[in-house]
Amino acid sequence: MRDVVIQAKGLTKVYNGHPAVKGIDFEVRKGECFGFLGPNGAGKSTTMRMLYGFSPITAGQLSVLDMDVEREMRRIKYQLGIVPQEDNLDEDMNVLQNLLVYARYFDMPAKLARQRARDELEFWQLWERRDARVFELSGGMKRRLMIGRAMLNRPQLLILDEPTTGLDPQARHMVWQKLRQLRAEGTTLVLTTHYMDEAAQLCDRLVVLDDGKILTEGEPAELIGQHIPTQVLEVRGIAELPDQVRTQLDASHALVEQIGDIFYIYSDDAELLRRTIDLSCCKEVIYRLSTLEDVFLHLTGRVLLE
Amino acid sequence: MALNLPMLKVSYRAYRVWQRDRDIYLNAWSTELWPPFIEPILSIVALGMGLGYYVTDVDGLSFIQFIAPAFAATGAMYAAAFECSYASFVRMVYQKTFDAIMATPCTIEDVIGGEMLWGTTRALLSAVVVLLVISIFGLTQSWWALAIPLVAILQGLMFSSMSMVVTSLVPTFGGFNYYITLGITPMFLFSGVFFPLERLPENIRWLAWFSPLTHAVRPIRALALGDVHLGLLWDLVWMAVVALVLINVSLTLMRKRLIK
Repeated sequence: MRDVVIQAKGLTKVYNGHPAVKGIDFEVRKGECFGFLGPNGAGKSTTMRMLYGFSPITAGQLSVLDMDVEREMRRIKYQLGIVPQEDNLDEDMNVLQNLLVYARYFDMPAKLARQRARDELEFWQLWERRDARVFELSGGMKRRLMIGRAMLNRPQLLILDEPTTGLDPQARHMVWQKLRQLRAEGTTLVLTTHYMDEAAQLCDRLVVLDDGKILTEGEPAELIGQHIPTQVLEVRGIAELPDQVRTQLDASHALVEQIGDIFYIYSDDAELLRRTIDLSCCKEVIYRLSTLEDVFLHLTGRVLLE
Repeated sequence: MALNLPMLKVSYRAYRVWQRDRDIYLNAWSTELWPPFIEPILSIVALGMGLGYYVTDVDGLSFIQFIAPAFAATGAMYAAAFECSYASFVRMVYQKTFDAIMATPCTIEDVIGGEMLWGTTRALLSAVVVLLVISIFGLTQSWWALAIPLVAILQGLMFSSMSMVVTSLVPTFGGFNYYITLGITPMFLFSGVFFPLERLPENIRWLAWFSPLTHAVRPIRALALGDVHLGLLWDLVWMAVVALVLINVSLTLMRKRLIK
């Protein structure tokens, strides 16, 4: 029986009559990277806030590290690292001071705090900037500092709410690389995202959340195979698929979705898709592998990113 | 009967929050440390030398002898009021500092408790500085003046908690205008700082009893002049009761505002 780090049963959150999370069940195991993938407003951040005690739960059960969130939140927090969606670094202090002051909230003695601060700054490649004021840092550096700060108390569980939103590609990849390293070192990670590449690359397992409910869960690669064919043709620039194409696709039971002016044609049959490219008279065609975004599209008829 | 008072939920970690506020203050020492000295000096010179030439007898004292001790009270009031209103609001809403601290084992009660303690500290610092300045000008007349910092602590706690209640309610910065213009400023003018309360028309004089500053000015002036009597304890009790109530109200309102 593997160690269960988070267990949620019927987890519900209602704000003033508006249900944001509608009775979800999930389980996070020790040492894995677990993801919540969904569009804005799906309830991802709300779920995170319930996990780290910022929002009281309306109904259901939630236990973190075998402790009930309603009764033992303070004890849980000693074992948590929390990286919220928006940076909240202390602008009045420099990089190093930010970490030293934060360490103090955990009752860390000054000497240990200095050691840990140095470790984190070096890990996140910020040691050279330790005297810089926070406002001098780039967005990517601030986010790295936020995560480093969250790791000061060597938490068992690191919770990240949309960790790379707003970062440039280079910063994103650096954060991913470091998160993978943290996981390799034994930290359990929980993250929310609306980027399917982030979910696919980082998560061992994930749930797809929409409108407060879990649509599906599993390993990223399995999820794709479970719900949709493995390859897809994105066709743009035509109002309607030519009849010829339609007949062929219908005959081979290919899956066709349409969002706005883009057609998505899914099939495991590469030949069929290649023939379709020749037959369609439009200018823009993308032929690629299916992703989690396609899974979401199939399940909801909407895209992840607005 | 177990009292579920929010005040009792404040743990030692409020000190950690206090330490953070203190560190930021010390970081900015070059801009923060000297103004509290300059302001009372300027006031004493302008009002004492200037206005004092015309106003020569206030209940047997010179004008400056009358108003100077009250500046310790007003200094404490402004320090605590501004720290726990504007400064706390910026931390809470713009910098999201409270959120950051609550991601650690500190609870909202620890955060707000720490903020109020820091407001109290700033009130104390202000009062001590003013006391030093007026002593140098020879405007304290009794060793009882050494007890003024203690009154300033109580007063600081009261004004910190009062401001924190306002901070927990205002949606934006603009909301503080009501507090400052309709609360702090009238208190400043009508609580016995510049003229004895007896000058107020009898039918509205009782209003001054409701001004928190009145109950700080009276004992502080008395201590500075050596005019000490047991009746002053009532002023201290007034401030203590109000502080206790507002501490609990502010903790409750802050929890409601931030933990949804």
